[in-house]
Amino acid sequence: MGEMTLGELEGLARGVRAHCVRMATGGGCFLGASLSCADLLVFLYTSFLRISPERLADPERDYFLLSKGHDAPALYGTLAELGYFPIARLAAHLRPEDALYWHPNRRVPGVEFHSGSLGHLLSVGAGIAYDIKLRGGQNRVVVLLGDGELNEGSIWETLLVARAKELGNLIIVVDRNQFQANARTESLIPLEPLAAKFEAFGCWCAEVDGHDFLALGRRFTLLPARSRQPLVVIANTIRGKGLPSIEARADRWFCNFTPDEVERLLQELEGGLAAPLTSPELVVR
Amino acid sequence: MTASYEARLLELALADERLMVLTAENRAAIRGLPERLGSRFLDTGITEQAMIGIGAGLALRGRIPVAHALAAFLTMRAFEFIRTDVGIPGLPVKLVGAVPGILSEANGPTHQALEDVALMRGVPNLQVFCPADLDDLLIGLPAVIGDERPWYIRYTDRPAVVEHNPTFRPGEAELLMEGDDVAILVYGPLFQEAWQAARRLGETGVSVQLLNLRTLKPVDETAILDAARRTRLLVTIEDHFLTGGLHSIVAELLLRHRLVIPTLPIAFDQRWFTPALLPDVLRIEGLTAASLAGRVMVHYQTLRAA
Repeated sequence: MGEMTLGELEGLARGVRAHCVRMATGGGCFLGASLSCADLLVFLYTSFLRISPERLADPERDYFLLSKGHDAPALYGTLAELGYFPIARLAAHLRPEDALYWHPNRRVPGVEFHSGSLGHLLSVGAGIAYDIKLRGGQNRVVVLLGDGELNEGSIWETLLVARAKELGNLIIVVDRNQFQANARTESLIPLEPLAAKFEAFGCWCAEVDGHDFLALGRRFTLLPARSRQPLVVIANTIRGKGLPSIEARADRWFCNFTPDEVERLLQELEGGLAAPLTSPELVVR
Repeated sequence: MTASYEARLLELALADERLMVLTAENRAAIRGLPERLGSRFLDTGITEQAMIGIGAGLALRGRIPVAHALAAFLTMRAFEFIRTDVGIPGLPVKLVGAVPGILSEANGPTHQALEDVALMRGVPNLQVFCPADLDDLLIGLPAVIGDERPWYIRYTDRPAVVEHNPTFRPGEAELLMEGDDVAILVYGPLFQEAWQAARRLGETGVSVQLLNLRTLKPVDETAILDAARRTRLLVTIEDHFLTGGLHSIVAELLLRHRLVIPTLPIAFDQRWFTPALLPDVLRIEGLTAASLAGRVMVHYQTLRAA
């Protein structure tokens, strides 16, 4: 799907964001973090990953693993828009008869592995990457990590192994939205200099604007081929991106809006005025 | 019979390309395998969590990872990875815990896996194999590795003192002695002492039924219920905390069947054992054959007197 124009990519991302907003009611969802990675997911699924709804059982496919599982709405929205399952199914969000709950799982077509507990899917991805390498496959494994998730020791444990086993087919994308659940990363557990940390662990590392499709295209096109190091792309993003009323606000992580607020936020997404929000802030799940 | 765990595992690996041997730098039982298996041997270093996640990833690609680490660190450091990445999806990852229970000898409480059975059997989908000795391990290994479910294998290399039944089925206990007075239920490294204790009791005229459970999940409910109904005292012997192991399994089962019978649980009750070499541990903790026989006899005679 590398043929999409910039306008089409942006339109698709707006559609995914609208799905996320619609899921932020009737129980709610982790909206802020979903909006920070919406562009990344759209870019990866349309312009980088060699995967499609028809190839889900193909051992030669690329793998995408959402390690920061609370971004499930963005993943659900992206998969639905791209035909992995009907868009109408998104209306079943949080309904017990379906599987579209707060964290992703394999009952949702296109989801490779369940997540939710942070710090897990890099190691799962390393196992997949090791097997691909063992079989001489050309497919790649992309793992999306949150920056807050980098607090987890298992991330760094796995990086040691990935470097030792020269897993150059393992691509880590960090959704660097500067926030963890309740606080800015740099005020709670500072990560900077982050690129230097990955490099010190033997990774190849680059940074990119995670909301700029052209920059993402250039960055991912120029990833080193046949690398013997794990690759890391730090994507600088904004939590709540697309909705100025919640952008970069620590108290808008898990959001459960009224139906009226959702309508106003959808208008805001399309360029309307910032929606006045009165729902309780910072509902931490 | 193949003489070692390593040789048996190699046999299985050579017969099945899917099998991979993983270790978090615990190579005591598998030293020769790197050379034989090449890239199908993966040592992740001292990284129990990463090893389990990697094992899940390999299983997603169709592999059967057999992952090794010390039982204490495998089942506890990596517990949430086992539960989440192996247990929830039910992936066929085989977890081999080395030096469990009393086999940690003089390492001290950091290394004493006395809750491994409780933890592993509590994870949905995960099965638990607790061989009595090396022969028992080698008999059960092909079936456990060939099974499509995840398994915890409580590794032991203690030499066998009996010839085990070569037929192994998950959930089927091995009946070694038939008797009507006392039933002794045992698994794992204390089998040897339990067997010798049963013989001593037999020599003193107590009719003993001896069961080697082999798998604790699934457990042989029929054999346990038969023993409970047939005998006058049911003894459980385990190198495990009293909470969550065989005694708990038996208690859960008997309660479900509304059976209230005299029991004698031999286990570590809210404490670790004295770190020492194995013969000293057995002596200090009252787990030698003579001590076990004595404990059972005292309990049985008290019951009869009552």
